[in-house]
Amino acid sequence: MSAPREGDWLTETVKKGLLELQQYLRLCFAAARGSFSRPFYARDVIEQIEIIGLGSLTVVVLTGFFTGAVLALQSGMTLDQFGARPFVGRLISASMIKELGPVLTALMLAGRVGSGIAAELGSMVVTEQISALRALGTDPIRKLVVPRVLATFIMCPILTVVANTVGLIGGWLIALTQLRVTSGVYWSAVVDGLFIQDVWMGITKPFFLGVVIATIGCHVGLNTSGGTQGVGRATTNAVVAASVVVLVVDFFLTRLLISILF
Amino acid sequence: MRHKSLAEFGVPVELAEAHAPVVLFDKVCLSFDDKVVLKDVSFSVRAGHTKVFLGASGAGKSTILKLMLGLLAPDSGTIWVLGHRVDRMTEAQLMGVRHHMGMVFQEGALFDSFTVGENVGYKLYEETSLPLAEVRSRVEAVLGFVGLSEHIDKAPSELSGGQRRRVAIARAMAARPTLLLYDEPTTGLDPITATTISEEIVKLRDLESVTAVIVTHQLRDAFYIAEHSARRTTSGTSEIVAAAKNKLGEADFVMLKDGGIHFVGSAEELRTSSDPYLTTFLS
Repeated sequence: MSAPREGDWLTETVKKGLLELQQYLRLCFAAARGSFSRPFYARDVIEQIEIIGLGSLTVVVLTGFFTGAVLALQSGMTLDQFGARPFVGRLISASMIKELGPVLTALMLAGRVGSGIAAELGSMVVTEQISALRALGTDPIRKLVVPRVLATFIMCPILTVVANTVGLIGGWLIALTQLRVTSGVYWSAVVDGLFIQDVWMGITKPFFLGVVIATIGCHVGLNTSGGTQGVGRATTNAVVAASVVVLVVDFFLTRLLISILF
Repeated sequence: MRHKSLAEFGVPVELAEAHAPVVLFDKVCLSFDDKVVLKDVSFSVRAGHTKVFLGASGAGKSTILKLMLGLLAPDSGTIWVLGHRVDRMTEAQLMGVRHHMGMVFQEGALFDSFTVGENVGYKLYEETSLPLAEVRSRVEAVLGFVGLSEHIDKAPSELSGGQRRRVAIARAMAARPTLLLYDEPTTGLDPITATTISEEIVKLRDLESVTAVIVTHQLRDAFYIAEHSARRTTSGTSEIVAAAKNKLGEADFVMLKDGGIHFVGSAEELRTSSDPYLTTFLS
């Protein structure tokens, strides 16, 4: 048997990639349709909001707090060179609310929620529970995908607001204790550094990023093959893919929102 | 949901008759990439009868069940199930047909995050508007039927392999299906538990009038199901007895080989066959 030519390999890879993209888009459309039509499993949505939202609170709070704190430490040193230490609040609020809050929260959710969804659905696939669901007359998209996507869509912006708030508090504590900036100066700078468009940008992005994380987790999970080893592979793939796509989507969303809002 | 009759679908006269087959495969072909799984497979299953599919691993036995449920679509050929042409239905349309069917998966495929009771009542809880008390009473009844009433609040992981298989049967029968599909229901179980499962299948078929399609390579259990019947005793319990002659004709065996049907016949015909492949398989 002759070895496959390089051109054949490339064609196969492109075809495989396009097929994967097509399957992913179909899942997204099916999830969108399932969100606005019956049967709608409201109880599962509430359950997922609790698992995804409350379950991720600790990791998001810790991430937000230490990001704000380290941002204050680092920017304090830089601002000192220009005698602009009182402006540390501006830098933290602009960085956290516009960019770091949404992206870091999304990355934390990609690690915690995306992997969890892929592992759970992947295990259900390899143990034929998904086939059993279909055999029992339940659409797995409506029962499993829609609740997870809606829960992440709702909770990602809320968790981002929590991360932003805690980040600003972390920055304030460092500004107060290490940089010797008074509370009044810090919080005035925080408010002065923000435009309403920044807030809109910071709150719009998490909705999209939440959907990306959940749909990638569901897509990878539902396409799991190869037993328990396959579940492990799916979990890793979901985290890697969701993290990269979060950063890519964030870039394009930022460009789009800048052109719309400013 | 009421499923349409065969006549309403404008199917051939033979299919629209009173004792029309509940399942009809006509020249069904299926391949996965270069591997031919099924090649021109045709058969029918009549209401209240049992069809047992035998064959080596990878012969396409489980694939036939998945085609009946619409979990897979054939490359060519037609598949009729309960009066519906399932090979060209959408997933949403198939949901309606699946409400009248049940399937027992090889390893049970129980939902591990639910209790036994929630597993058994899943379809009734989620897909019907029955009052909770009524669902609970049906769950208790079917768990009683398979002898597992005391395990209703346990997690599937707390049960033995045989008990999980019986819970899977209870789940499949909870919504009173007219057609039950069994994928290797006794594989991997000890002979005593396997006989218990076989008895449940016989009871369901004869006492609940459920048509059975069974995929297995456990010959002992397949013959047991084909050659026994269940009846109610005067005290209201059920008993398993040797099947009467007319009942024996209601169980067919189909041997799959190389993607096609190698043999079709009764238990007796299978036993007495001089075909080298069958004799090797039976030895």
